[in-house]
Parts: sequence; C-alpha cells; structure tokens
Amino acid sequence: MATNYTKVIVDPLSETNPITIQILGVCSALAVTTKLETALVMSMGLTLVTAGSNFVISLIRNWIPGKIRMIVEMAVVSTLVILADQFLRAYMYDISRQLSVFVGLIITNCIVMGRLEAYALSNPPLPSFLDGIGNGLGYSLVLIVVASFREILGSGTWMGLHVVPASFYQAGYINNGMMLLAPGAFIVLGLLIWIQRTLSRYFEPA
Amino acid sequence: MQKGNTYTLVFTAIICVACSILLASSAVLLKEKQDTQSELDRKRNVLKAFDIATVDEQGNKLGEEEINRYFTEHISEVFIDPKTGQLIEDAQNQEADDRLPLYVWKDSDEVSKYAFPVSGKGLWSTIYGYMALDKDAQTIVGLTFYRDGETPGLGGEVGKDWFQDQFKDKKVFKDGSLQRLEVVKGKVTDKYPAGNDHAVDGISGATLTGDGLNHFLNADLEKYEKYFKGIRRG
Repeated sequence: MATNYTKVIVDPLSETNPITIQILGVCSALAVTTKLETALVMSMGLTLVTAGSNFVISLIRNWIPGKIRMIVEMAVVSTLVILADQFLRAYMYDISRQLSVFVGLIITNCIVMGRLEAYALSNPPLPSFLDGIGNGLGYSLVLIVVASFREILGSGTWMGLHVVPASFYQAGYINNGMMLLAPGAFIVLGLLIWIQRTLSRYFEPA
Repeated sequence: MQKGNTYTLVFTAIICVACSILLASSAVLLKEKQDTQSELDRKRNVLKAFDIATVDEQGNKLGEEEINRYFTEHISEVFIDPKTGQLIEDAQNQEADDRLPLYVWKDSDEVSKYAFPVSGKGLWSTIYGYMALDKDAQTIVGLTFYRDGETPGLGGEVGKDWFQDQFKDKKVFKDGSLQRLEVVKGKVTDKYPAGNDHAVDGISGATLTGDGLNHFLNADLEKYEKYFKGIRRG
C-alpha cells in the first residue's frame, strides 16, 4: 500500500480534523485557550506527544501482545507526557504553571489514544509519525483560532500585545469578560465547528 | 496476535524498565534547573508582597539578576523563635520547625517593611503565599499567593491580582489589639455598609477557599504577633 505522506499530514487539518470533525480533545481545547501563548505551548506539547507515541507504538506494534495493548500504549504516552511536563517546568516555568494540570491531562487526551488505535497499530513508523504531526497540527490550528478570538475579545491583546487601540476604550469599549470563561470558549468553538463543517461539507451520518 | 503469558510478562517488564530509566534520568538531569526556577519564583513573590513591581509595562517579568540584586541590597532573612518572639542568633543550628522565617526590607539601613510566609488549607489544597506589613506591623503592604491547587476560575482566583490587591492597606492591628482579617462571603459593602478596614470581597463560588484563608491568615499573623508586639512598642 503506497502511502501518500502529504495526505496523511494535510487531511487532519480540515477534512478529518480531530476537534471540529471528530470532536476529540475538546476538554483541553476549552481550558487552555484564554490566551494564545498557553494555547501554542499546549499545541506543541500535544503534537510532540502524539507524533512521538505514534512513532514508538508503530515501531513495536508487531511485538505488543494484544491483551495488554492499551496498557502498553498508556505507559508510552504517560512517559512522553511526563517528559514534556518536566521540560516545561525546567525551561518555561510560568507557562507550565498556567497550563497546570492540562499538560498532565494530555495523557487522557482522546486524540492521542485515538490515533494510536486507529493508525499507529496498523501502519509503519514513518507514516505514523507524520499522522501524529498532522493530527497535532489540526488540533493546534483550532486552538490557535479559538485562542486568538478569545484573547482579542476577552483581553484586548494578541500574544500579549495590545491590539485594541486605547481610543476604543476611551469611547466606552470594554473587554468581553465572558470570552475568558468557559461559555466563551463553547460559543467560539461551536461557531468554528459550524463554519468548518459547512465549508468542508461534512455531515454526521443520521 | 496471541502469545503466551511469559512473553506478555517479559514484554511488560522491558517496557516498564525502559520507561522508568527514561523518566528517572530526565528527573535527575532537570532537577537543578527546576529548583532554580521555583526558587526564583518564590523570591519574585516575596518581592511582590513587598509591593515591588515584578512585571514591567511590557509585561516582562523581573529577571534573575534584578531579583537577586533586590535581595542583596534590601532584604535580609532572619528567624524568630516562636515561643519567645525573639530573633534567633544562630538560626542555622535550629530545626526548621522551631523557627519562623522573616524577611526584613531595609532602605538605607532603615527597616521599612516585613514579610513572612503564610500557608494553610484552602478547599482542596495547601495555599502558599507571603504577607508583608509596614514598619509598624499594622498595615498590610502586600499579600501574594504563589502556589495553590484550588479549582481554576473559582478558588484559584486567589492567585489573581484583583483578589490579592484588595488586601493592600488593610489594618491587621488597631486600638491596641490584633484584628481578624476577613474574606467575606460576597461583597464587603453588603456586609459592612459603613465600610471596614480589615475585610475584603470574597470570590463567588469559592466560599470554602475564603474560609480557609480566614483561618490560616489569622493563625499565621498570631504566630508572628509575639515578635511584632515588640516592634510596635519600641
């Protein structure tokens, strides 16, 4: 079976996007998107973990005993996540504080397990690795869009830079605090899923 | 693929050992760096309690050098005996349990502020922070909480500036006695329409975290009272 590497990476960006189409990993997508910076670090973490665990599991896929398949997957994923967490703590202390439990929760992120089960177990290491990158990027794309909206509307900043001009505030404009809370995330993500599904003409099978 | 139990056990063992080695070595290698980071964060919070700007206009945090400069130029760390309220001279020889740390801020040899650690149970977790008092030990200069495991968005708001800033200028001592700090349920103006100089607004949805603060902030103040009493007198 010839694998189309480009397709493996590009598909999850839109057509099989883990968040907007498969509705996986929504928990963290809602939680870390109040600011673009945290969303970016989270995206990086998830992309690396998905790609890394896909690669490792794919390497050993022919030796994993079927009975303990899931447990082995969990062990590999947890190891990678803890490694990522340790590195964040050592080199990006403040961000790791803000992400708090959510880095650890990458372990239970459905995207990671989902890709292992659906792809890595039946494909060679290289395409599996790329599949992980692709899905990670698909996740990142959604996070970046949601976080940009929430940060601009909720705090008037983008990547920490003020983008809403001061004259707006003098004219009576105030930041929308709801954007920083969970409902804001639900609304933005909901709209995004709607738009994305309309554009890609994806419909849930009835 | 169906394989025997021995194979499964051996496979599990290999995976476990490989993962453990990887994690153990990363923990050892990164420990030093992580410790520096959290020590720096602790110091930054002492400064914040002392009401020093730890973030500049651009939102950049105070760097390691500047933090250490503040510590060498202005701050000295001393220890107090909790029983007598006296300074301990040879603090290094004392057990950590038998002494209370105190940070003294000096402006050209004149003591102007004191800071000490506060910690205690919130709802889910132990909350850690620092409280700073002015030179008469009557008014709060600043209060910070730098570590907690409370619910983000509810009790976790104790880590936010809007909550901590409320404590500034509150009186812990008035008319000759220590008065209780109070995190009220709801707004101060609802509970004390006439105003109140030792109460702050609570966090909605985090009454129990507030109760925790009420308990440990006052308990910690009392611990240091023996020493501060001496300062006020003379």
